[in-house]
Amino acid sequence: MNIAPPQPARPPRPGPQARRAVGRPSPGGGRWSRFDLRGIPYLLVSPYYLLFAVFGVFPLGYTLWISLHDWELAGDKSWLGLGNYAELVADAEFWNAVGNTLGIFVLATVPQLLLALMLANALNKRLRGRLILRLGVLLPLVTSVVAVAVIFSQLFSRDYGLVNWLLGTPITWQNEKWSSWIAIAVMIDWRWTGYNAIILLAAMQTIPRDLYEAAAIDGASPRRQFWRITVPMLRPTMVFVVFVSTIGGLTLFAEPVMFEGNPMMTGGTTGQYQTVAMFVVKEGFRDFDMGYAAAAAWLLFVLILLGTLVNYLFTRRIR
Amino acid sequence: MNRATITTRIGLAVALALSAFPIYYMFIMATRSNEDALDTPPPLLPGGLLGENVERLLATEDAHFLTGLLNSAVVAGTVTLSVVAISTLAGFAFAKLRFPGARLLLGLILVTMMVPLQQMGVVPLYELMVSLGWTGQLKAVILPFLVNGFGVFMMTQYVAQAVPDELVEAARVDGAATLGIYWRVVLPALRPGMAVLALLVFMQTWNEFLWPLIVLNPDNPVVQTSIAALNSAHGTDYVMLFTGTAASVLPLFVVFVLFGRQIVGGLMEGAVKA
Repeated sequence: MNIAPPQPARPPRPGPQARRAVGRPSPGGGRWSRFDLRGIPYLLVSPYYLLFAVFGVFPLGYTLWISLHDWELAGDKSWLGLGNYAELVADAEFWNAVGNTLGIFVLATVPQLLLALMLANALNKRLRGRLILRLGVLLPLVTSVVAVAVIFSQLFSRDYGLVNWLLGTPITWQNEKWSSWIAIAVMIDWRWTGYNAIILLAAMQTIPRDLYEAAAIDGASPRRQFWRITVPMLRPTMVFVVFVSTIGGLTLFAEPVMFEGNPMMTGGTTGQYQTVAMFVVKEGFRDFDMGYAAAAAWLLFVLILLGTLVNYLFTRRIR
Repeated sequence: MNRATITTRIGLAVALALSAFPIYYMFIMATRSNEDALDTPPPLLPGGLLGENVERLLATEDAHFLTGLLNSAVVAGTVTLSVVAISTLAGFAFAKLRFPGARLLLGLILVTMMVPLQQMGVVPLYELMVSLGWTGQLKAVILPFLVNGFGVFMMTQYVAQAVPDELVEAARVDGAATLGIYWRVVLPALRPGMAVLALLVFMQTWNEFLWPLIVLNPDNPVVQTSIAALNSAHGTDYVMLFTGTAASVLPLFVVFVLFGRQIVGGLMEGAVKA
């Protein structure tokens, strides 16, 4: 996942100079200068697209091809048509992984957004040591997912973990769906809440101040101003934050793998917290059923596209 | 902007404490013994065993921890340099040159950013690396990470505002070729933006887990997979695991503290334009 937000889709307008330059070859004249103006731009942007063709388009297409076969890494490769998909749709283990992925996503994202909103609002007040505070809430983002998983697996361990000690409970957090989901959601939220708060804070600071001044003159309390001005003005940014969380959440992998502690990819004894990404890796690289894994990867992609589409429709409605 | 109330201040203090505590805890554990780690309540103050734990970590042969650190530095460094180069070239073209199809190409990048390549591409990329005979080698990790749409977008945006059109125009009048303009006019003006992009890409690459786990062999890991190996083979040796984890995040923390102001600034600037 990208650490920083994407920029708008519209390219900035080329300056008038650039436009004029196209029609006016430089004094050197001739074929070279025409190539310099017409051809070089494509040359400059080509590395990205070449790399994307090899490491983006090719894998997507090839995954689709593999998914239509009974495909073993070194063995048989026989045509199955939609056989893998048919099997997958009837595979309870796959749907369990889908359910886990969506469940953990919701459990992590909803509190995270609320907390990020509150945190951003607090960071937007006048106070000293603002840089320190901002760096402080961003620190978890710098910590790798693997490190987060190691630390929190220990904090959530049954006998010697701080969480059980604080709660006075003897819970084996890995054992049940609800408890493993909570532990994993806590890891995700710890790492991402501060980042989302900083993004929301940036958006908050672009809200015109006279909106608040006018509201204050009308006697609106700070709480009312927050819900009536800040939150509505933040909606586009919220949609962006949800968008990023969706992609990250649906491809969840490292946290549950490290939480499990062994590389079995089963997500607990009965798959309590096996995510779709874990399912793909398990089928492909532990059971060596590449075709089946590829089909699961494509269904995951479809899931993400659906998530993105819902997001997009939501954004359009807001505008 | 209102003044912060007492409740706000307390809330922020709690948030800061929650952010910092797990990291603090990790460093504490790295200085303790395994017996301490099993105390209830767990220890909250540093002990004096850091040196011993580091020695034990480095002596654990199946983790190849030093190799992992070195490999991560090579991978993240190479990826960062390449992504910055690719992104500034493309950013310059998109922001300051006019050519048919520019809009379409740039829009395409946004679409590519939605594809979770790491997960989707795992199976075919692995087959590709097998057929090239590159599995277990660092280039197999590096190459797929060079596809970074975010970098191109960020740099397009940055060039547009950091390089005045007049400057490009003046260089053209002087007879400079496009590549010369890139090298002598554009690049010098981009340094701050390049630094932010470089830091973000370095952190992201340093922290990658899934793809290196699949394509590298356990005896030639990156630091993240080395920790995963520690976790599965020596999971009960908590303090060694924590020592490795602490060592793996320390380089990033140093960079983060040194360049914190720029990173926060860069993130917030990017967010406003989104």
